[in-house]
Amino acid sequence: MAKRALLAAVAILLVIAGAYASLFVAPTERTMGLIQRIFYFHASTAWAGETTFFVCFVANLLYIWKRQPKYDWLGVACAEVGLVCITVVLITGPIWAHPVWGIWWTWDARLTSTFVLWLLYVSYLLLRSLIDEPDRRALLSALFGVFAFLDVPLVFFSIRWWRTQHPAPVIMGGSGSGLDPTMSKVFFFNVLAMHVLAAFLILERFTLERNRHDIDLLQREAEAQ
Amino acid sequence: MSLLSNTATLLGKELRTEFRSRELLTTTVVFILVVLILFSFAINPTAEESREFGPGLLWLAILFAASLMLQPCFLREQTNDTLSSLRLAVSDPFAIFLAKLIANALFLLVTELLMLPLFAAFYNVPVLPQLPLLLLVLFLGSLGVSVAGTALSAISAQARMRELLLPLLLLPLLTPVLVVSATVSVSLLDRDPVVQWKGIAFLAVFDLIFLTALWLFGQYLLEE
Amino acid sequence: MTAQSVAPTGLRFENIDKRYGGLFALRRVSFEISPSECVVVAGRNGSGKTTLLRVATGLVRPTAGKLSYPGRTSEAAANGRPGYVGHSTMVYDELTAEENLVLFAKLQNVPDPSARAAELLIDVGLYDRRSSVVRTFSRGMRQRVAIARAFVNRPSVLLFDEPATGLDPLGISWLAKMLATVSRAGCTVVMSLHGESEISAVATRAIQLDAGSVVADTHSGASLHAILTCGGA
Repeated sequence: MAKRALLAAVAILLVIAGAYASLFVAPTERTMGLIQRIFYFHASTAWAGETTFFVCFVANLLYIWKRQPKYDWLGVACAEVGLVCITVVLITGPIWAHPVWGIWWTWDARLTSTFVLWLLYVSYLLLRSLIDEPDRRALLSALFGVFAFLDVPLVFFSIRWWRTQHPAPVIMGGSGSGLDPTMSKVFFFNVLAMHVLAAFLILERFTLERNRHDIDLLQREAEAQ
Repeated sequence: MSLLSNTATLLGKELRTEFRSRELLTTTVVFILVVLILFSFAINPTAEESREFGPGLLWLAILFAASLMLQPCFLREQTNDTLSSLRLAVSDPFAIFLAKLIANALFLLVTELLMLPLFAAFYNVPVLPQLPLLLLVLFLGSLGVSVAGTALSAISAQARMRELLLPLLLLPLLTPVLVVSATVSVSLLDRDPVVQWKGIAFLAVFDLIFLTALWLFGQYLLEE
Repeated sequence: MTAQSVAPTGLRFENIDKRYGGLFALRRVSFEISPSECVVVAGRNGSGKTTLLRVATGLVRPTAGKLSYPGRTSEAAANGRPGYVGHSTMVYDELTAEENLVLFAKLQNVPDPSARAAELLIDVGLYDRRSSVVRTFSRGMRQRVAIARAFVNRPSVLLFDEPATGLDPLGISWLAKMLATVSRAGCTVVMSLHGESEISAVATRAIQLDAGSVVADTHSGASLHAILTCGGA
């Protein structure tokens, strides 16, 4: 209990510090001005989302191999936290893009594959809600998770190579490429903060799922009596 | 090899079943036709626009049709629990998937071939000059749709609301196939046709990746 | 239907658990069935009989424990799963009786599938309806097709889940005679039944399940009659 509270405190502190750094420590960007500061939040959340997605994939594989419920709990926790990260990315992206480039959205490789990733996460969670039996649900969603993970690079490259005829503003290059050193530091600090926050949320969700599982088991045993 | 002979036997069964009832083929053909017609009502394209957007719309129609056509794939094995007798009879469960995905790809291809003359007429797209390559794209794209669709239909058959679930699972997953097949088809059917070999290779890679994934994980999809 | 081409094979469960979402369908089930034994698995509905049989076929993976077939040669292991008749017919309604049996014969590498199908159809009394699609069959006829399908690969282990379902008294007599014949020929038979009947009379042993556990076994001295009549509907 104390460990979780400590992690929560650390996560919140890091996020607040990161926000402060984004707003007051990082120098103002030359061309975009104030609105650019949302980049620290937007891109760091995106990275956290991608890490979460990868952990979800590993959890899925581990469940298929070992069939231990804890991997299923980790998978769903990562999927839900990942979905939140991606949703934040998809909302902050247009908020940033509109004042700067005058468009709400563009179908470039990164944005589109992020959106498809969002759809796949939603499908994963929807699939889970439609299977009642816990072991079936765990196995089938893990299998879908594996297929979805294999799909995302294919989505990314298909858009990158065949949809670039539309005018596409280069979104900050690769994050961190050509960034001012202070900006770089602020960015990576925010990346750390977001990862710690994500880890905390995943741990909470994991614990919640474990408790749900235990309660569900007790209920079913009671009904069987 | 037992896998190949099992696959051939099961493929024969799938084809014979469909040939007798022709349910899947007729409904899929009509569905694509309706969608294509509705598209032109919704967009009201000029002759030039038709040519530009037509192939993309055709692929969209194929995807929608496939997500419906693939529903019965594993559902019909639940009626009399024939999935269990198949699992007991075959030496490698992958044969079940292989036979179904080949059958589904064939059904899609036949549907597309039947649709092609109508598509050419409605959308003002001359398809004959580039027919061989167009058929290659249709084949590789349909195979991708079939591999992913067969795998996901095994999943959705075990969930509730499966009629809505399969399209929801399948369509986002097939985004690469839609993008690449549509783009390659458009440039093939352009006034100055260009063959995008990179795209054709990409479709083949997509097919290979998902076929391999199905080979590795298929047995778990059938577990009880 | 009766000629055995493989060595007699037994069935061994060692501490088999099967859990569905944490609930036990089978709990530490252990027994050994010797080759050629004819065993009834009895118990109330929901006691785990169907799960036990499906685990024995290999269709359901146990959560824990070990399943084995003592006496089975490696050649037999490659070619023959147990013959299984479940609650569903496990045949295709839209194919004819003959087509169904030929299909399963081909899949299991049975030599001369058409001849084997004809042989089986004669044995179950459906030869004159061989070209009719199974959809047109009565319940009893479908059960006969299901039984024929189970025998396609001449299995040495037969697993039947309430095989008398859908059969009229004549059909039940036929089934009882057939089971006696295959049992004498060396087949190991395990079947789940309710109550005593002509079919249970063929059995030499009974195992009783309750809530997924083995509670009685004639091998350990329990009475056959008691077990068969104990598991009510």
